[in-house]
Amino acid sequence: MNVLLDNLSLYGEGLLGTVELTVYASLLALFLGFLTAACRVAPVRSLRAFGTVWVTVLRNTPLTLLFFAVLLGLPRFGLVLPFQMFAVLALGCYTSAFICEAVRSGINTVPVGQGEAARSLGMTFPQTLGDVVLPQAFRTVIPPIGSTLIALAKNSAIAGSFSVVELLGTYRTLSELGYSIIWTFIWIAVGYLIVTLSISALFHVLEKRWGVAR
Amino acid sequence: MTTALYDVPGPKSKRRHLLYGAGSTVVLLGLLGWLVYLLFHTGQFTAQKWTPFLYKGIQELLLRGLGNTLRAFGYAAVFSLALGAVLATGRLSVHRPVRWVSTALVEFFRAMPVLVMIFFIYVALKAEPLTALVAGLTLYNGSVLAEVFRTGIHAVERGQGEAAYALGMHKTQVMTHVLVPQAVRAMLPTIISQLVVALKDTSLGYLITYEEFLHAGKLIAANLDYGLPFIPVVMIISPIYIGMCMLLSWCAHWVARRQRRNPKVEAVEVGAAEPGTLLPGGP
Repeated sequence: MNVLLDNLSLYGEGLLGTVELTVYASLLALFLGFLTAACRVAPVRSLRAFGTVWVTVLRNTPLTLLFFAVLLGLPRFGLVLPFQMFAVLALGCYTSAFICEAVRSGINTVPVGQGEAARSLGMTFPQTLGDVVLPQAFRTVIPPIGSTLIALAKNSAIAGSFSVVELLGTYRTLSELGYSIIWTFIWIAVGYLIVTLSISALFHVLEKRWGVAR
Repeated sequence: MTTALYDVPGPKSKRRHLLYGAGSTVVLLGLLGWLVYLLFHTGQFTAQKWTPFLYKGIQELLLRGLGNTLRAFGYAAVFSLALGAVLATGRLSVHRPVRWVSTALVEFFRAMPVLVMIFFIYVALKAEPLTALVAGLTLYNGSVLAEVFRTGIHAVERGQGEAAYALGMHKTQVMTHVLVPQAVRAMLPTIISQLVVALKDTSLGYLITYEEFLHAGKLIAANLDYGLPFIPVVMIISPIYIGMCMLLSWCAHWVARRQRRNPKVEAVEVGAAEPGTLLPGGP
């Protein structure tokens, strides 16, 4: 117990680091994910090809390799950013591929008849998209996006090994200070549980509010 | 291609789409060209950075790393399938304490980052890197696979189990002869996709100094004599990693297509070729 109380500020910093990484990377992933999903359903072939390549490559890349390439490779191009920014970039790009697939399959669950009916009523393209298709797609993508963002929060642990301040990285300082390793890890585990359960609760609320009534 | 988003294009929209297509192709090619220019401009294609890959020792180092990656994956795959089967049996048990314990284990290990478990086993239990990596991957993927198996069993049409009970089979027979064969066939795509996750996560071994593929790459990349060839190393390692994962993912899709036509899985909906982490109803 005193591992936590003696080092509350260190833990707080770590937890804050994990939360920051998760939030920033989620925003980037959602933005890129929606963008690539739009590419994948576009009527333009080159955009579709780009979306497919983006998703296929990133979904099959080990995240550690991506971290390695981004954090140690990009500086070779003369691009120097804070480590945290690089980590957000790696995590966001990786997760965007999963978000893209979730959004795309959400759009595909909307029956073709819905779009056809909207168009035969004389709705324009933005109206069809904004008033008919996307609201229905949005409802079905809430749970998979929730699972993906929880996975993102868990994946952010990798950043700790690449000199980014986050929760798992705190174990190094604490074991140097000579605290019990077992208890250190128990409190780290609790920290991660807090983060993942909060995301889970948030999406539970969203799903209750907007989810598909079955 | 039919979609709810737009109609089949007419001649006018076809011309417009062609224009958009040309425009976006130019932009994408421009980006690609810029990237290649950057690679040349920062001197990533100099002989100093690429000749090391012709050395026998370097090639052997990379191959040994690849072998270690595949070994860790093999162990992790076998053990997590076994653990998944055990935990799924536990969760489907009729004895309440057994069910509680296995539910608690599954939920805990699924909620923990796999890296935390690997570090715990490596640092706190002072295990060998390979043991720590395999154990961590097994605990995590085993719990996810347990959920996959359970979802599969529940997805089998109720009539199947009921008919088996009506024929006088007892519960073990119903499981092993009726429910499990159908569930495993239907969930095979999801199981293989989860193994892709395990294969990708073997690269976490790099962080605990297990001498796997990425670790071998790092050894070469950090060498000053070769001019710190980080980019060449990434350019050689990533196609191999991504290729292996893509091959396995493609396998999952192929199995999914096959099983959808298989008359033996008519009573179950075939699972998607997505990792079990994306199963409905759980992180």
